[in-house]
Amino acid sequence: MSTQATAGHALGVAMKRKEDPRFIQGKGHYVDDLTFPGMLYLALVRSPYPHAEIKNIDIAEAMKVPGVKAVITGKDLDAAGLGWLPTFHGFDKQMVLAIGKVLFQYQEVAAVFAESREAAADGAEAVQVDYAPLPVVADPFTSKTDKVLLRPDREQKTNHIFHWEVGDKDATARALASSPRRIKQRLWFQRCHPAPLEPCGCVAYFDTMGRLQFHVTSQAPHVYRTALALVTGIPEDKIHVISPDIGGGFGNKVPVYPGYVCAIVGALKIGRPVKWIETRTENLTSTGFARDYHMDVEIGATDDGRVTALHVATTADHGAFDAAADPSKYPAGIFGIVTGSYAFPVAHAEVDAYFTNKAPGGIAYRCSFRVTEASYAIERGMDILADELGLDAAELRRKNFIKKEQFPYPSALGFTYDSGDYHRTLDTALEKIGYRQLLKEQAEKRARGELMGIGLSTFTEVVGAGPSKHFDILGIKMFDSAEIRIHPTGAGIVRAGTKSQGQGHETTWAQIVAEELGLDPQTIMVEEGDTDTAPYGLGTYASRSTPTAGAAIAMAARRIREKARKIAAHLLEVGETDVEWKDYKFQVKGVPSKTVTMKEVAFAAYTNMAQNEPGLEATFYYDPPNMTYPNGTYVAVVDVDRETGEVKVRRFLAVDDCGTIINPMVVEGQIHGGLTEGFAIAFMQEIQYDADGNNLNTNFTDYLLPTSLETPHWETDKTTTPSPHHPIGAKGVGESPNVGSPAAFVNAVIDALSPLGVRHIDMPITRDKVWRAILDAEARKK
Amino acid sequence: MKVKVTVNGIVYARDVQPRTLLAYFLREDCGLTGTHVGCDTSSCGCCVVVMDGGRAVKSCTMFAVQADGHEILTVEGLASGAALHPLQQGFWDQHGLQCGYCTPGMMLASYALLKQNPKPSEADIREGLAGNLCRCTGYQNIVKAVQQAADKMREPVSAGR
Repeated sequence: MSTQATAGHALGVAMKRKEDPRFIQGKGHYVDDLTFPGMLYLALVRSPYPHAEIKNIDIAEAMKVPGVKAVITGKDLDAAGLGWLPTFHGFDKQMVLAIGKVLFQYQEVAAVFAESREAAADGAEAVQVDYAPLPVVADPFTSKTDKVLLRPDREQKTNHIFHWEVGDKDATARALASSPRRIKQRLWFQRCHPAPLEPCGCVAYFDTMGRLQFHVTSQAPHVYRTALALVTGIPEDKIHVISPDIGGGFGNKVPVYPGYVCAIVGALKIGRPVKWIETRTENLTSTGFARDYHMDVEIGATDDGRVTALHVATTADHGAFDAAADPSKYPAGIFGIVTGSYAFPVAHAEVDAYFTNKAPGGIAYRCSFRVTEASYAIERGMDILADELGLDAAELRRKNFIKKEQFPYPSALGFTYDSGDYHRTLDTALEKIGYRQLLKEQAEKRARGELMGIGLSTFTEVVGAGPSKHFDILGIKMFDSAEIRIHPTGAGIVRAGTKSQGQGHETTWAQIVAEELGLDPQTIMVEEGDTDTAPYGLGTYASRSTPTAGAAIAMAARRIREKARKIAAHLLEVGETDVEWKDYKFQVKGVPSKTVTMKEVAFAAYTNMAQNEPGLEATFYYDPPNMTYPNGTYVAVVDVDRETGEVKVRRFLAVDDCGTIINPMVVEGQIHGGLTEGFAIAFMQEIQYDADGNNLNTNFTDYLLPTSLETPHWETDKTTTPSPHHPIGAKGVGESPNVGSPAAFVNAVIDALSPLGVRHIDMPITRDKVWRAILDAEARKK
Repeated sequence: MKVKVTVNGIVYARDVQPRTLLAYFLREDCGLTGTHVGCDTSSCGCCVVVMDGGRAVKSCTMFAVQADGHEILTVEGLASGAALHPLQQGFWDQHGLQCGYCTPGMMLASYALLKQNPKPSEADIREGLAGNLCRCTGYQNIVKAVQQAADKMREPVSAGR
């Protein structure tokens, strides 16, 4: 793998990251690193109750704490018209600070502004709130009964938020009824939290021109600017949003949180900068969670294992407010990808979402809007079907894959899959892992009573939201953008509407420009996250950056090339039509000796442009014609200790097809990280609530993240089918490993336990659950 | 309370509250923001610094007053002038970081590890860094980064400290 990018060969090079020198020297620039003269600190008072009426809030003692400057409550905000915040997909609103009652434990109740971090915390402790507890609804099945109405503020007097469905309901029901073989399984994809290591936070102040300067951990700074303008009434030109370096996002830093609004209100009210940095407990208990989908999966098949129909009915727990950060037309995200990699003739998917007394959210946690849930449902479902039919899990998949000659493939649930070669990807994986040998070993071990499992996941994702005819957030279409300026010396700057949180855009965006223009990627600076300078974009989440902004960058570079061609013609003293772009240079057609480089053209664009327009810049707003469909085959090999229930992941291989690769080192890094989060979701991460609505996983000693000790060694490989509609053929990769891997882990564990008759265990698969499953299975046999 | 802490060879004499954590002392009183805070429970290791030349400490779990009279090494003190420390070079070369938030703590925990064990196996490194969380890399490239640094630091004419 080449590690040196040169002028004219930058795509596919494992170039070291340009952003790293500042991070390894402790010179990263995160929100909490900022200080401004006179800056105040904000601390939030939070509810200890999951559901309670607020009888009274007494701020008198808090105001006596030395250093406390102000305390505001929901009433104050409501009086100012800022009591409620619209949620991102636009169908609900969320209290900024509790008004009248609290709806989940740790809900924001009051905001305390003080001279120091410590004084703000002391002030928050001193705020006295009288609560009258109300009956708690801690799960969507109780919520469904509407015995306790959680949201009387809404017009619809029910806890049911929405019913969404896609596909042919009747045809699916008929096909299932007439299928000789059927499986049905309830799968719960547990509530979990992305937990980026940097918590959320912001600094807000109004500058001498009365302009809001808002530094914030945002994955989508332009959307924040527009949302703030719409909510606060501040003209959009008077709002400057800056996302500095972000310490991981994974979807957690997409929504606008109450703390942000309070910081802005405090800055306005007090006239000084306000910093709000949440604690880890605040992060885990109140910011965007993910999943919490109870899915009933039903698959029909013929006796020889051809799938005939798929039905998935989901009960979704959305918490206290419907704050799911989904595109407007997709209240259940892109769950319609649930037919996966298989040629289902007919399918039907439906989701019913309910309010509960749990934290709001439902963000895309390293998944393209509910694609992880969908992928888990189908990949678990296929394994259960293989078990039912007595077929090898790989064979069943092979038999039902969409064939490479069927692309573009219209799925039963309305997507047009762009490209893939699922058979080749599966074959590559099985050969590399030594599947036959593993099956042989497994048979020998089973004969000895040992528990070894092999788990497959042959997933297809849908990313790159998205085409304007389908995708918008708050009405804003989900295009993305790029602006490129090439300076006289052939160096340049590219700005994009996306925002890296570790993905490496400062390197990969430069590589795209360098490849398209024959320039040195080391001299292409990348800037994102500043709404004053970057072109308008929808941000970085849902694996959309490369499919959208990456495409915009390539297209903007091609615009520059077209302009440069005119100047090249002038320099080469030929007509424009006689100039061709070849081997990263302009050349007189058929005369390889007569060339001019982009660097030379760049200089001429400012010094010797003849009658052409001076300068060398371009902007491109890219509206993707379709989504992209990254896919892969993942194989997990596990050993289960029969006595203790301990699962050891012996091997894990990920073969990914993410289309054209910009930087293989960055892609591999993304896959390692995503697999680790998938591993964590399969075995460790869960935000649990007890029946009384208490959050049981409020810090990193209770919410378990994998360390270097637990994390398995990852093996990776690739196949490549370039996306036919993306300018450079890229598909996006950041989330594939997190989408594809949970099912592989679970399938492997269940495969190991299948000789005992264990059919399913819900994630996270803890040692305790496995041990109990083994004991139960053995008891049944007696 | 008055404290005198030597950070990266420079003496910082400051008046602090008894409850001031070393992490915030470094970040706010010394202006060294490379030391990060990622949790409230001493779990994540983003705040790890090296005390008295070889002991990794979580600076969120120590009061500034406890560091009075001690020497602290932070990420800002790793490089010698323009020359990166082998750990910094290793993390860069091996793609041992993505968002960069855990990186300073990871490098300083590795620094202490290599002081105690200059030739660690992969298992030694994984065990030595088990107090530091990373959400981006999956640790594999971090292990490689530390191995590269260890190899470099064992060379006869070492650039390491």
